[in-house]
Amino acid sequence: MYDYFVAPYESYLFLKRALVACFALSMGCAPVGVLLVLRRMSLMGDALSHSIMPGVAVGYLIAGLSLPVMGLGGIVAGLIVAFLATMVTRYTQLQEDASFVGFYLIALSTGTVIISLKGSNIDLTHILFGTILGVNGASLVLVASITTISLLVLAIVYRPLILECFDPTFMRSIGGHGSFYHVLFMGLVVLNMVAAFQALGILMALGMMMLPAVAARFWAREIWGLFSVAFFVALFSGYFGLLISYHYTLPSGPSIILVSGALYIVSLFVGPYGSLRQKLFSS
Amino acid sequence: MSGFQKKSSLLKESNIPGPHGALTLDRISVSYRRRVALQDISGSFQPGSLTAVVGPNGGGKSTLLKAVLGLVPTESGKIICDHFNHRDIAYLPQQSEIDRLFPLTVGDVVGLGLCYQEGFFRRIGLRSYKRIARALKEVGMTRCFNRSLHTLSGGQFQRVLFARLSLQQAPVILLDEPFAAVDSYTIDDLIQIILGWQKQGRTIVVVSHDMDLVREFFPETLLLVNKCLAWGKTSEVATLENFRLAKRLFRDRECQDVELNVSSGQQKV
Repeated sequence: MYDYFVAPYESYLFLKRALVACFALSMGCAPVGVLLVLRRMSLMGDALSHSIMPGVAVGYLIAGLSLPVMGLGGIVAGLIVAFLATMVTRYTQLQEDASFVGFYLIALSTGTVIISLKGSNIDLTHILFGTILGVNGASLVLVASITTISLLVLAIVYRPLILECFDPTFMRSIGGHGSFYHVLFMGLVVLNMVAAFQALGILMALGMMMLPAVAARFWAREIWGLFSVAFFVALFSGYFGLLISYHYTLPSGPSIILVSGALYIVSLFVGPYGSLRQKLFSS
Repeated sequence: MSGFQKKSSLLKESNIPGPHGALTLDRISVSYRRRVALQDISGSFQPGSLTAVVGPNGGGKSTLLKAVLGLVPTESGKIICDHFNHRDIAYLPQQSEIDRLFPLTVGDVVGLGLCYQEGFFRRIGLRSYKRIARALKEVGMTRCFNRSLHTLSGGQFQRVLFARLSLQQAPVILLDEPFAAVDSYTIDDLIQIILGWQKQGRTIVVVSHDMDLVREFFPETLLLVNKCLAWGKTSEVATLENFRLAKRLFRDRECQDVELNVSSGQQKV
């Protein structure tokens, strides 16, 4: 037991770092993911996660496979895309999801082209699927700072943010600057997406955010409950995902996401609220 | 009657809906997707009046409320708020516009009504809790503070929204179809609450389809078929001739739209 569950984390520094990164990620991504689900913006999160690609690619051109530099590039690119897409939604007839899709496809392809200018396919794989076992001290600091910032900001703007999610019309009717909080929230999504990218790669980054959040929907009925369930689901998947990837030499990012995917499927069947089990028993 | 006495004591404590002037519309026009939704609406809602807005679906009733609030842009015309702030207009949207499965409790939702006066960042102290509890009592939901939103029926949810509305302490209140999808028992209670608000001197505008209710409880009526067909005492507005006229106008309009679409389609080809 001990050898299987604890010993690997004791003996290898890179696993320890990866676990700490997962812990920080869980704390930051879980609440942001829950709010994304509540705003019915899950697909928007998907689009945003791909849109950090050009910035990551430019970072890669400058500094090679250095996670912090690529991360900073990703933040810039993500914020630009989020801003542009929001402006297009506001001033043209396109709906938000459509305008995001337009921009993220452009961003993803631009990023891939930039990387292939210099790099190999292996580097591209690392960027797309993550190198959590290569998380170093600098990127740990970046992930932890992002988590700290987003938790602080969430705590401060919690009430207006929830109101903007729940009843945007009411928010507008009392003149509550709903779009300011909306933009602020999009910024937090981008930040956390970049943090998750460090560990899980661009294609998997969203998994750490969305899967725990949708799984939590079946276990809790209030927002604090959703936050905590999502956090524990994310933490649990990080811990076991890393173990599985270590013992069976699987890629770490997909292992982590697969564990939370399994938790989601289980919740879907046995969760106490609105799950399939409940549907079957009530009818 | 005892209910009303309580409400007037509430009024003394909270001084916001004090004396205010009329809410005046000055030749308001609104277009929606190149279709005229409202055309040259003029008139005023007198302070302390209780007005029903009636008319066919698609006749611009909801649009009028939203235009007054500034939720849809007006093409021309002015909305004049006499002696009150434009933000002091409270609004109840149609129920279908709110996600009833959202993970909040009844107390949370009602408490959000305090955000207008107190801002978002103030601590919710004992005083606020008392106000929330009192607002819940007013709408007959005394013991529901910690209940989840998704457990409520349509009528109970509407009561909760009424409680939130009353915490806003607004001098002008706009309600969009508050009686739709609500049982008759609840409708009676909601009407009593509305009449109570009117007694406090607030100006109230209600969109409704239920002509019996309108005739019984609403002193003023505005009949709207994209333009203002009649506006005044309910007994003079809600007449058979006016309704026939409204029906005819509405049908003509629909026909015009079809013709317009056909001709513009041909142009494109």
